[in-house]
Parts: sequence; C-alpha cells; structure tokens
Amino acid sequence: MIITLNNRIEEVDAINISVNELIKYKNFTFRLLVTKVNGQLVKTAERDQIIVMEGDIVEVLHLISGG
Amino acid sequence: MMTQAEIRNRLKDKTVGIAGCGGLGSNAAISLARIGVCSFVIVDFDHVDESNLNRQYYFREQIGDRKVDALSLNMTRINKAIRIESHAVRIESEDVKTLFGKCDIIIEAFDRADAKTMLIETVMEHLPQIPLIVGNGMAGIGGFQDLRIVHWSENVYVCGDGSSEISDELPPLAPRVAIVANMQANLALELLIK
Repeated sequence: MIITLNNRIEEVDAINISVNELIKYKNFTFRLLVTKVNGQLVKTAERDQIIVMEGDIVEVLHLISGG
Repeated sequence: MMTQAEIRNRLKDKTVGIAGCGGLGSNAAISLARIGVCSFVIVDFDHVDESNLNRQYYFREQIGDRKVDALSLNMTRINKAIRIESHAVRIESEDVKTLFGKCDIIIEAFDRADAKTMLIETVMEHLPQIPLIVGNGMAGIGGFQDLRIVHWSENVYVCGDGSSEISDELPPLAPRVAIVANMQANLALELLIK
C-alpha cells in the first residue's frame, strides 16, 4: 500500500498494519515517539490498535533527551 | 511592526507555562520576563546543581536551592512586578491540565525524552487550544544551520535539530541550549502578540 510518512510518499509491503507494526517495518529504532495518523494523535498506548490503511498520512516525531 | 510599548501592552495579560526549569526553561523564562511577560507558571522538581551552571540561568550562590525558587528570584530581579506561580513537583500526565490549563502558551523544557513525549501527548489530547513549544535536540557545538522550528501539529511546534542526543561526548552547552531556548521564547512572543 502507498502511504505518506513524514511528508514522503512511501510504498509499504503490507496492508492494514498497526502503527506499531509500521514503526517496526520502517526500523525506527527510537523508542520515544509521538505519532499521528491523518492528523489525529495516536497515543503510545493506542499504537497496537490503530491500523494504517492505503492513502493514510502518518507522522512520527522522534523525541530526544536534552534540555 | 510594533513599538516596545505596544509589545508590552499585548503581553501584559498573558501567562506563560514553563515545564521544566533547566537549560531551556530557565533561559526562555528569563528572555520572556525581560520583554514584558508578567505572569508565569513554572514547574520543576529539581534543585540547582553545580553542573547546571554551564548552561542554566542560575548562579553559584543558588546551588542547592530549588530551581523554581532560584528562577523566581532571578526573574523578579529583572521585573519586580512579575507574578510567578511555582510548583516544585515532577509533572505527571494527570496534573498537566491543572498546572497549565490557564496558560496562553506552554514551553516544554524537560530534559528527558519520555517526559517530552508525555507532555506532547497530554497537551494534544487535553489542552488542544494551547500552543506547546517543544525543545528537541540542542546538544553539542556548532550546527547552527541544523536548528529549525517545525509546526508539527495544530498546537505543537518543535524547535531544535531533532537529532543531537546528549551524551558524555555530546554535552549540552550554554550557547546552543540558549539558542534553542530563545527560539522557543521568540516563537512564544510571536504567538502571544498575534
């Protein structure tokens, strides 16, 4: 399926996968993320339930320590 | 274009929340205090340590003091009319709304990435009308061209390079930390006077 991930068109070799599965698929190794699907916040605890579908817009923000 | 007086007039009824009074929070708060923000909610559970003096807006004689007390003192030394509500607590998700619900803007200035994540998720969910300005990635030296502001979500802005995680080889240092703190303060000013 084709999705938009962090403002880039991406072909994902899977259909209807959870946000967590997408994170794993993309090899995002960062643990601390904030995620949105189609502009809606997907909280850490919801990432197994929320499914990413064809055409979805997914945004992943990676938070790093320091401040 | 606005005069100093017009800017102060726009700022006089605004309240800024500072979540964490370390390198980002202390420097951003001081800048906003200087330009006429008169009301703050500042939150930090920690005490001033000697190791903080390389970047945080504290002084030698404040070592051992609670950061919220030391920062309040430093801000009122700039403007004695400033009103500061301070909380020496570790911020938990369930307290965010009570602590910051009346703020016009919140500056995220935590050290740890897990705390940053918690605050972003909580503010997006429970305080979506309040802009949140996050600091993300400011360790090390140089790299000025990598620092940027991303309007990540309706009410979430992210300042920093998004990549320089602090470590023994990449310490947080005053120049770059203060640049990002002042990116946050500058954006806060821009949003507050709109």
